[in-house]
Amino acid sequence: MKLPLAAGGPIIPSFGSPHSLACERANRLFCWGWFKENWAGTLWPALKQHVVLTLIAVVIGFAIAMALALIAYRYRRAEQPLIWFTSFLYTIPSLALFELLVPVPGLGLSRTTAEVALVAYTLLILFRNILTGLRNVPEEVRDAARGMGMSRRQMLTRVELPLALPAIIAGLRIATVSTIALATIAALIVNQGLGVPILSAISNSTGPFKTELLAAGALAVLLAIAADALLVGVQRLMTPWVRARAA
Amino acid sequence: MHNFIQAFQFIGRNGELPGQPHFSTLTYYSLGTLKITLIAMVISLAIALPIGVWLGHMHRGSFVAINLGNIGRALPSLAVLAIGVAFLGIGLKNVLLALVVLAVPPIITNAYVGLDQVDPDLVDAARGMGMTGWQILWRVELPLAVPLVMAGVRTSALFVISTTTISALTGYSDSLGEIINDEASYHLSGVLGAAICIAAMAILVELLLAGAQRAMTPVALRGRVADVIQDEYVPIAVGAAGVI
Repeated sequence: MKLPLAAGGPIIPSFGSPHSLACERANRLFCWGWFKENWAGTLWPALKQHVVLTLIAVVIGFAIAMALALIAYRYRRAEQPLIWFTSFLYTIPSLALFELLVPVPGLGLSRTTAEVALVAYTLLILFRNILTGLRNVPEEVRDAARGMGMSRRQMLTRVELPLALPAIIAGLRIATVSTIALATIAALIVNQGLGVPILSAISNSTGPFKTELLAAGALAVLLAIAADALLVGVQRLMTPWVRARAA
Repeated sequence: MHNFIQAFQFIGRNGELPGQPHFSTLTYYSLGTLKITLIAMVISLAIALPIGVWLGHMHRGSFVAINLGNIGRALPSLAVLAIGVAFLGIGLKNVLLALVVLAVPPIITNAYVGLDQVDPDLVDAARGMGMTGWQILWRVELPLAVPLVMAGVRTSALFVISTTTISALTGYSDSLGEIINDEASYHLSGVLGAAICIAAMAILVELLLAGAQRAMTPVALRGRVADVIQDEYVPIAVGAAGVI
């Protein structure tokens, strides 16, 4: 099997000493000894990098998507082209997008490249949900705000955006969870995140190393679930009226 | 820029390498990619559509149907593929298993939501006209659910194409990902050329499915389809491919 792209350089299986544990040599289902030995040196740093990769991508993606959604909200004619553009980005398979970005001047095998790709994938979901949220604000509410003498900007920040929050946070949840899953592929470009242990487990000389695969994969899924739960909590705190209405 | 020009030259000679002039690698691996995508989608649809449609029709199991989609989205495809290979070995069947695992959740979730959110008044009206459960499903609920059901199918198809190329990293050598994963033989121009082909293929499949969705949507609803998605439904559980 050929090594993945970036593996020529930095990705070297980071076992303390090669196959020091019996269950590691046997490549059993899950080798707790290996897990404990490599938690501090390999898995925990990878998890932290994964969080940073995701956070940067979602924050930048959110800022861009918000700007695009506001443009589309104000000028309906911009909506369809923007949907086409963001769908186009979303449609490109991840491996292809990462590879296509590498030769672009100024990007190369860097974290910037990985972030550009990850941001590109968040745009469609965030853009569509923000716009849906804004469009779903009832016309009567807008009329009332106008009747109170609010300016367009006041209407947006005090009425429309708060009412769109559930949809916006729903979009953030989807975007965050899928970015966490996608960020594992970023390890091909830059030696960071939970993709690194996954790739190193794949390129293990005696066949894929199960413990490392399961540990890194499970950490990615757990991270996604935790992030999702966190965003649900944020939404509850920020939209108390939704619960009040439901009660 | 130079690299991209060379990539198109690579595509122009159909991926033939200087040493092997009669092996059109691009055609070969594109067909391989399409083959495994098609098989995976047929299996996934056969599993997921009946489940999702049935759950949505009965308005049951919302917790399972919705959370399945959320968990499916959280699965890192690289890890799923690699775990499949680690436990079952390299081969078409094991890659297919991973693809199906990734493709089933969005179809179930969207089919569930699509049928679940059909206006109950319409179902009542249909029942009042004397339609049986099956007739209601076929003639009322399914046509109205087409946009959401198809959104799930399109999300899945994208997942599958994307994951098929990634499968090359785990040793499966019959997709376009193989070229991307073998820069030593194909050089950067080949890697980029293959990446462009994969992107083009994904966009083509997406457009094809969008066309299929349009053809399946009842004529009276066609103009309104986009509005149905955008105005009445906050897409918490739905994949992103509900547009174009």
